[in-house]
Amino acid sequence: MKVKLLFFAALREQLGSTGEEIELPAGVTTLGGLREHLRARGGSYAKAFAEKALVRMAVNQEMAKPGAALAPGDEVAFFPPVTGG
Amino acid sequence: MKVSVQREDFDAGAEIRALSHDPKVGALASFVGVVREVPMTLEHYAGMTEREIAKIVEEAKSRWQVMDCTVIHRFGKLEPTDQIVLVAVSSAHRADAFAACEFIMDYLKTRAPFWKKESTSEGVRWVEARASDDAAAERWQPQIAHPKKLG
Repeated sequence: MKVKLLFFAALREQLGSTGEEIELPAGVTTLGGLREHLRARGGSYAKAFAEKALVRMAVNQEMAKPGAALAPGDEVAFFPPVTGG
Repeated sequence: MKVSVQREDFDAGAEIRALSHDPKVGALASFVGVVREVPMTLEHYAGMTEREIAKIVEEAKSRWQVMDCTVIHRFGKLEPTDQIVLVAVSSAHRADAFAACEFIMDYLKTRAPFWKKESTSEGVRWVEARASDDAAAERWQPQIAHPKKLG
């Protein structure tokens, strides 16, 4: 299935990307699985998505946990802890 | 309820006055956040930001007697003394207005997807999330016993 990725703030700069459309391998069906898939790309992705990295995740503009199931066409966002206000 | 995420400045006085037309309003509480000392750029996640703020306002309405509410948050390049955020709440009585206003502000800081990047003489840096902001938001949680973590 295809999903749309979005990266924000320090994470966007670290990866040098605002996002992309990605075709997920058959085994990747959850948000946590997607994060692991991105980490396995190596380089800046390995660092940005390391287990200890503080990465927040949202699916279709709602905060979501690693166990969240993904569906075709989902908008998946990764970003650092927020600092507004 | 009015939620606006915008680049432009706002007139806090006019926004607060706009909440006072209902004759049942007896209290207007407001907070204005201002850029302190360091120029910054605010980035946000368009779409999700508005949704998160609306959810926070709904939560406040379920906890306190809130008649109306306005939240404005700016993004883009901001200079010291610039206004960043306005939260204004109308209610019949001050206790509800004060509490709802503070609650919305505390939750906004830890839930709405904004990120600040400061520009100092030494260069630019992303502001890191602060534990004290999490603590400020957590004190609004119901006081329930937290289960002990295993291991």
